[in-house]
Amino acid sequence: MNGLLIRSLDRGATAFLAIVVAAAMIVPALNLLLPETSPLHVPTYIVSLFGKYVCYALLALSIDLIWGYCGILSLGHGAFFALGGYAMGMYLMRQIGTRGVYAHPVLPDFMVFLNWKELPFFWYGFDHFAYAALMIVLVPGVLAFVFGWFAFRSRVTGVYLSIITQAMTFALMLGFFRNNFGFGGNNGLTDFKDILGFNVQADTTRAALFAASCLFLALGFLVCRALVSSKFGKVLVAIRDAEARTRFLGYRAESYKLFVFTLSACMAGVAGALYVPQVGIINPSEFAPANSIEAVIWVAVGGRGTLTGAVLGAILVNYAKTTFTTGALAPYWLFVLGGLFIAVTLFLPRGIVGTLSHWWRERRARGETAGEIGGEPAPRPAE
Amino acid sequence: MRTTRDLLIALLFIGACAMAALTAGSVPARAQGFDAALDKFAADSFSDTEVGIAAVAASGHAMAARVIEALQNARLQVDPATRKIYIRTGETAVLDAATGSAAPAPAELKTVRINNRLRRAIEAALGGLTLLSPDPAKRFEAAQAVFKSRDAAALATLDAAIAKETDGRIRRALTEARAAVLLYKPDAAEADKLAAVAAVKARGDQEALALLSGLPVDAPARVAQAAKDAVGSIQSELAMWATVQNAWYGLSLGSVLLLAAIGLAITFGVMGVINMAHGEMVMIGAYVTFVVQDAIRAHHPGLFDYSLLIAIPLAFLVSGFIGILIERGIIRFLYGRPLETLLATWGLSLILQQAVRTIFGPTNREVGNPSWMSGAFELGQITVTYNRLWIVVFTLAVFVALLALLRFTRMGLEMRAVTQNRAMAASMGIRTSRVDALTFGLGSGIAGIAGVALSQIDNVSPNLGQSYIIDSFLVVVFGGVGNLWGTLVGAFTLGIANKFLEPFAGAVLGKIAILVLIILFIQKRPRGLFALKGRAVEA
Amino acid sequence: MDIRTTTAQLYLDNVTVSFDGFRALNALSLTVESGEMRAIIGPNGAGKTTMMDVITGKTRPDEGDVVFEGQYDLTARDETEIATLGIGRKFQKPTVFDMHSVEDNLLLALKADRRAFAGLQWRESEAQMRRIDELLGIVRLRGARERLAGSLSHGQKQWLEIGMLLAQEPKLLLVDEPVAGMTDAETHQTAELLKEINRYKTVIVVEHDMTFVRELGVKVTCLHEGAVIAEGTIDQVSENERVIEVYLGR
Ligand SMILES: Nc1ncnc2c1ncn2[C@@H]1O[C@H](COP(=O)(O)OP(=O)(O)OP(=O)(O)O)[C@@H](O)[C@H]1O
Ligand SMILES: [Mg+2]
Repeated sequence: MNGLLIRSLDRGATAFLAIVVAAAMIVPALNLLLPETSPLHVPTYIVSLFGKYVCYALLALSIDLIWGYCGILSLGHGAFFALGGYAMGMYLMRQIGTRGVYAHPVLPDFMVFLNWKELPFFWYGFDHFAYAALMIVLVPGVLAFVFGWFAFRSRVTGVYLSIITQAMTFALMLGFFRNNFGFGGNNGLTDFKDILGFNVQADTTRAALFAASCLFLALGFLVCRALVSSKFGKVLVAIRDAEARTRFLGYRAESYKLFVFTLSACMAGVAGALYVPQVGIINPSEFAPANSIEAVIWVAVGGRGTLTGAVLGAILVNYAKTTFTTGALAPYWLFVLGGLFIAVTLFLPRGIVGTLSHWWRERRARGETAGEIGGEPAPRPAE
Repeated sequence: MRTTRDLLIALLFIGACAMAALTAGSVPARAQGFDAALDKFAADSFSDTEVGIAAVAASGHAMAARVIEALQNARLQVDPATRKIYIRTGETAVLDAATGSAAPAPAELKTVRINNRLRRAIEAALGGLTLLSPDPAKRFEAAQAVFKSRDAAALATLDAAIAKETDGRIRRALTEARAAVLLYKPDAAEADKLAAVAAVKARGDQEALALLSGLPVDAPARVAQAAKDAVGSIQSELAMWATVQNAWYGLSLGSVLLLAAIGLAITFGVMGVINMAHGEMVMIGAYVTFVVQDAIRAHHPGLFDYSLLIAIPLAFLVSGFIGILIERGIIRFLYGRPLETLLATWGLSLILQQAVRTIFGPTNREVGNPSWMSGAFELGQITVTYNRLWIVVFTLAVFVALLALLRFTRMGLEMRAVTQNRAMAASMGIRTSRVDALTFGLGSGIAGIAGVALSQIDNVSPNLGQSYIIDSFLVVVFGGVGNLWGTLVGAFTLGIANKFLEPFAGAVLGKIAILVLIILFIQKRPRGLFALKGRAVEA
Repeated sequence: MDIRTTTAQLYLDNVTVSFDGFRALNALSLTVESGEMRAIIGPNGAGKTTMMDVITGKTRPDEGDVVFEGQYDLTARDETEIATLGIGRKFQKPTVFDMHSVEDNLLLALKADRRAFAGLQWRESEAQMRRIDELLGIVRLRGARERLAGSLSHGQKQWLEIGMLLAQEPKLLLVDEPVAGMTDAETHQTAELLKEINRYKTVIVVEHDMTFVRELGVKVTCLHEGAVIAEGTIDQVSENERVIEVYLGR
């Protein structure tokens, strides 16, 4: 395992990890320790905003792992994110206790409102954080496992897979919109009070959540790095580029795919769980197919198959989104986003990080063996 | 309670009078009776007026209904000097109530007053009159009303009306109404009741069912038994009709799915291009319809019925043209990279939606049904709306036209050649890039046409396309890529399955169930119902 | 299905494959003994590649038995299982992992535990590196070790695929048109290499190049329209009337 760690940490990866961990410490410090008058003070809303971006970055990382390295373009990863978020939301709901509008000791407000008398069985246990934490990875993981088991075993690949993942999240959205599904219907879960005994609104809690998000991002990054730089990772890329060929070499492609798909779903679930207390709400619109596909574009912008690119892309695109949608330019955001989809696929197929590192490698190679090496093939369709 | 009793009394009275009048039969007698009845209004005393109402109603005179309506609307007036009755029709114009011809208005006219009791009598009188009304639609409606009210007082009038009726449909309605009355009339003869059960059973709908199953408990045993049997047979018949109804709804949904998917079957199925902006092509077609109708409303309202006929070619051209632009501008650079195509076209769909939202606003736009598409007709126990029917017909027409185009035209031949072996086709002198653009334009144009049809049954908003895109892909994938027949069968199968699941699972769960079923189905047959085999597929 | 006891390494009996009504293999029967090298010839579309597809599990036959080592029913197994039984294949159209270096291509092919969890725990070992080096020498790609396989020439990819086949250490090698796109010298080297390999393994080689087949000097089977029309030494087969008719006639 030690060897694995060392192998996975090249210079870029180490630098990236250092930045994330530093952010986890410095931003909360600047928020909590400096007086508001200080020019270096980071206001709490910024902390929460970037906390949200970091969660998106973790989601993007999970997508990059399967799309960039294994060619599985999931248009339903938002579903795993939302499921993780709901699991966390259920924990937070049960922490409200008697402070809800109806002051019911057990039932969340929306259940009282619907005249329910008892807690549905799937809400049991969510008052314990440990149980909720387990569900945060288990629920998305199990769904991904079952879904993937069916899909990969029967060799549904490429756009077919994309479409059925999209259908999956669409179906879940329809379900969660229903009141009798037991997750608050339209309004979802909101009005949270405490997390682990701390007020979710407090500056300190928000700073801690930010730090936790950064640490989980770092952890997710490490796991992905370790995975892709092992032989397992090489097999993934082989499957991405020539799935049939790997089978003829004796690899069981579906097991590999199932493993990363499930792992990736668990990561997305964790991202969703960190996201919910920071934004204060989770509702069925998180399942909207548009969300999932938007997350894919973050990865494409940053550069798929690079991991760091996914993180960069998620933060850049979301920063742009915030800037646009809060100003006078709001009506034009969709034009920008749409344009981004087109521009990136047409003009920047490697993404930002991919293009930079490609350019860097070319330069170095030219320096070493003056023109001996022919152009490296463009990234092939991940199919 | 009081009102009903009053009504009953009034009806009974009118019925009796009507009977008397009818059996009296001859015209002069009627006219005499009518004049005498009119005279009752002259006194303008409430009790006389009440007698007058009944008498006018019973007279069977052509003017009877108008007179009573005028009384109801405070337009019945009397000249105190001559005791002649007039109906006021305008500021200065009056009619002679006895003859119905225009008359010079006397100097001083007094309105015949009514009170609440009289109002009820008037209503009852009008109700009875309509059973005998010269207007068939009114008679039919009145018969239905009696079927529901089961008013024993109407029995006599019903008998009279049945004897007189010549229209088979109304006669049946009257007979059913009579049967309903008899069934609930405690003192009716058992034989009559049995006949009544048979008549109601023949009607065979939900109302008949309610009537028969709600029979009073003290009904004679044989009648109760007959009613029970009838209920059973009606129920099974109704179940049959419910199936037919579901099948029709399914067919209708299937045609909508097919319409939305058929363009996709070309771009995705034949060309292998995954166009997530396909739904937006549909949406643009719908907006073309809106613009056409808007222009027609503003300039040539008379052409409104032709608005769709104008919109269809226009939508085809507009969507097709946009499709060609998309193919030339984006998609051609992405051939062989389906996942990238998917992302780029998704971006495009965002742009198109937002563009439409900017131009036309985010809210639903009003698109009307031309007269030949509005309304409905009854087929047995089910109601078929014209717009749904036309859409089914239209869809099939588009499908056949497309098949013919692919099979019998030069363009179709080139299209198939290019999709089967691009390099070979190119070397045979086919300009493959032109064919690509045209094929994509064709698929988009058909989506536009679909938009025209869908504007008739769905809200025309910038999100119109979104709601169809997933369904359309599922249809194409389910049916088998590259096979138009597969798309047809896929669309109708999904449509019908959806509608048959809905009653059990509800609309949303039904939809979820369908999605799950498709996902499972793809496990079994990853290439759809009608899979193409061969190396071309594996490439 | 009952599996007949046979001493043959590979046993095909009455195998039929049809695509939309077209019979690519028509009651094909063929036996290859252990340690044998067999050359398969036949005009384009004769069904040679399809036969390999059937053996390796890519295509399922409509009818017939395919038995490996007298006990494994290949028609009931998928590609992965068949590969792990020890059947390796080189494709007609060279398929290598374009985005991996030449070295990694060989590493992936190297005989080892194929399961996912083994891949996670894997570490570079001295022995493996030596083996890869040796293979690179055999297929003469030492200079291209770090290059991405996608940037190799057609002939180099052919060699790399042969190298990968060797790395797998299969018991039975199926080699589809190995010398297409090679120079005469390389063709000769390939023939030598195959003969060398054949000292330890069973080999089935499909080739159109008659000089190459002659050089191998092994038993030849000629396919036509999905069935065997002649079998024997290259001289016997090339004098067979049906073979001549099939190649020259029409
Ligand atoms: N998946 C498939 N779908 C349809 N037809 C196929 C398929 N695979 C093979 N065929 C057909 O079967 C026949 C035999 O093909 P095969 O590739 O086995 O020939 P071959 O002997 O290898 O020819 P060549 O020497 O050109 O490689 C051909 O006519 C081919 O078109
Ligand atoms: Mg071949």
